Amino acid sequence: MPTRPIVIVGAGQAGLQVAESLRSEGWEGDIILLGDEPHAPYHRPPLSKAYLLGEATAEQLTMRSPEALARKNISLRTGISVDHIDRTGRELHFSHGSSLPYHRLVLATGARARTLPGADLAGVFGLRGFDDCRQIGAALETAENVTVIGGGFIGLEFAAVARKKGKTVTVLEAGERLMARAVSPFISEWYAQLHARHGVDIVLKAELSAFAGENGRIATVNRKNGPKLKSDLVVLGVGVIANDQLAADAGLPVDRGIIVDNCGRTADPAIFAAGDCTATSLADGSLRRLESVQNAVEQGKAVAAAILGKEKPFVATPWFWSDQYDAKLQMVGTSAGHDQMVIRGNPDDGKFSAFYFRAGKLIGIDSVNRPQDHMAGRKLLDRGLSPTPEQAADDAFLLNILLA
Amino acid sequence: MSKVTFIEPAGNAVDVDVADGWSLMQAATSNGVDGMEAECSGSCACATCHCYVESHEELLPAPAENELAMLDNVAAERRSNSRLACQIKMSDALDGIVVRLPATQV
Repeated sequence: MPTRPIVIVGAGQAGLQVAESLRSEGWEGDIILLGDEPHAPYHRPPLSKAYLLGEATAEQLTMRSPEALARKNISLRTGISVDHIDRTGRELHFSHGSSLPYHRLVLATGARARTLPGADLAGVFGLRGFDDCRQIGAALETAENVTVIGGGFIGLEFAAVARKKGKTVTVLEAGERLMARAVSPFISEWYAQLHARHGVDIVLKAELSAFAGENGRIATVNRKNGPKLKSDLVVLGVGVIANDQLAADAGLPVDRGIIVDNCGRTADPAIFAAGDCTATSLADGSLRRLESVQNAVEQGKAVAAAILGKEKPFVATPWFWSDQYDAKLQMVGTSAGHDQMVIRGNPDDGKFSAFYFRAGKLIGIDSVNRPQDHMAGRKLLDRGLSPTPEQAADDAFLLNILLA
Repeated sequence: MSKVTFIEPAGNAVDVDVADGWSLMQAATSNGVDGMEAECSGSCACATCHCYVESHEELLPAPAENELAMLDNVAAERRSNSRLACQIKMSDALDGIVVRLPATQV
C-alpha cells in the first residue's frame, strides 16, 4: 500500500465520481479531493433551471455533504488554489505556498465560461457556478430588460427562466440557428418557434459591437446590424474553455482540453484527467470534446478503474439533455452528417423525436418530451443496432423489439 | 423534518432526516447513500434514481407520464412499487417511509 494519497484536483461531478469509484473499486489508501470553490460538490445542471426558478435551494443542490464524504474516508478540502505540478517529485504546489505529494494525480479541473470584451460591467454575468447563479438570481429580481448572448443550451435555458419571471428577454445568437453544435436545423427551428411563442425575441446572425455602461453598470448592448438593446441584465452563454493550463504548464499535451485516452490516462502514467477539462483521443486520431454530466461520470469511473490497473473505457454513445419551459430535449448520438431524417410523433403536439440516419443506419436521435424514444435510442446506438427509417417513423412500431 | 429509511443494495438500512419539499433523490445523494446515481440531478431524464417504495406507497401521488416512460427503462428489475426518487417530495405524511435501492442503476 503506497503511503502517498491519490489527489484529485476539482470537486465537481468528475472529481467526486473518481473519488467514490476509487472506494467502490477497492482503493483503501487516502483520497484527497480539492475544490477551488468554497462549496462541497453540488449538482450543476439545475443552476440554470430549478435553482433560478426558486424550485430548489442551494442545500438541495448538494451532491455530497462534507459529512457524507468523511464517512467514505474522502478528505474534502475547499477553497484551494493549485499553483503548479512537480511531475518529477510527484508533488502538487499550492498558491498559498505549501505542497502535497501524490501517488496518483487526477485533474478534474472543469471548464470556465468564455467571456467577451466589456463583460466586466456590473450586471453582465457568465453562468457556470453556484456563485454566478446567486448573483444572477439577485439581479433577476429587479431587472426588466434581459439580454442573453448566445443561443446554446445555457443561454436558452436562462431565457426560459427569465420569461417565466416576466422579464423582457432578447437572445442574440451570432450563428444562423439555435444550439447549432448540438442539434439539427429542424430542432433549431422548433426551438426558435417555442421561444417566440413564449415571447422571447430571438435574433440570429447578431453582430455584437459593445457592451455600453453608465457608471460602471450595463446600460445597452450594441450591435453592428441592429438597434441598441436597452439591458439591465446580460447573461453570457457563449461556450466554455477547458481548464487545461495546470496540465499545459506541467508539459502535458493539451489541445482545447487535456488530452486523454478513453480511460482518462494522460501522457504521464501518474496523472489522469476526467470531465470538462479533457479532450479524448479517439481511435481514428481525432479529438473529441464533450461537456456533459455523462462524460464526467463515465470518465470518472474509467479513471478510477485505470488507476487500479483495470480497463473500463468510456465507450457509450454520448447523450445530453436540456430543459426549456415544459419541453425536455434529450439527445443521443449525433445529427451531424445525416443524410436522412424521419420524425416520430407529432412536433405540433410538442412530443416527437427526430431520428437521423446515414446510409440507412441510425446515428442519432433528438427527442422532445419523448423519453421512451431517447432511452431506446441509447441502447440501440450502444449496441450498433438500427431501426429502418420506416420503423422509426411508425409510432406503432416498438423500438424495444429490436433490443430483444 | 421527516425520517426516511433507505436500504442500500448491500442491505444496510440508513436513516436520514429530510426537510419538507426535498426529493428522496436529494436526501439520498447529499447523504451519500449507496445505490443512487441520479445523473441528471432530478430532471427526470436519466432513470438512475430508481427505487422500490416499501411503505407509505398508497400516500404517494401516481407517477406522471414522463416518470412512467423513464421507469420503462430502469436498469434493474421494474416492480409494481418502482419509482424515481427524484419525483417523490417529502412531507410529514411520509414520515417513516422505507425505500429500497436496487443493485444497479445503469
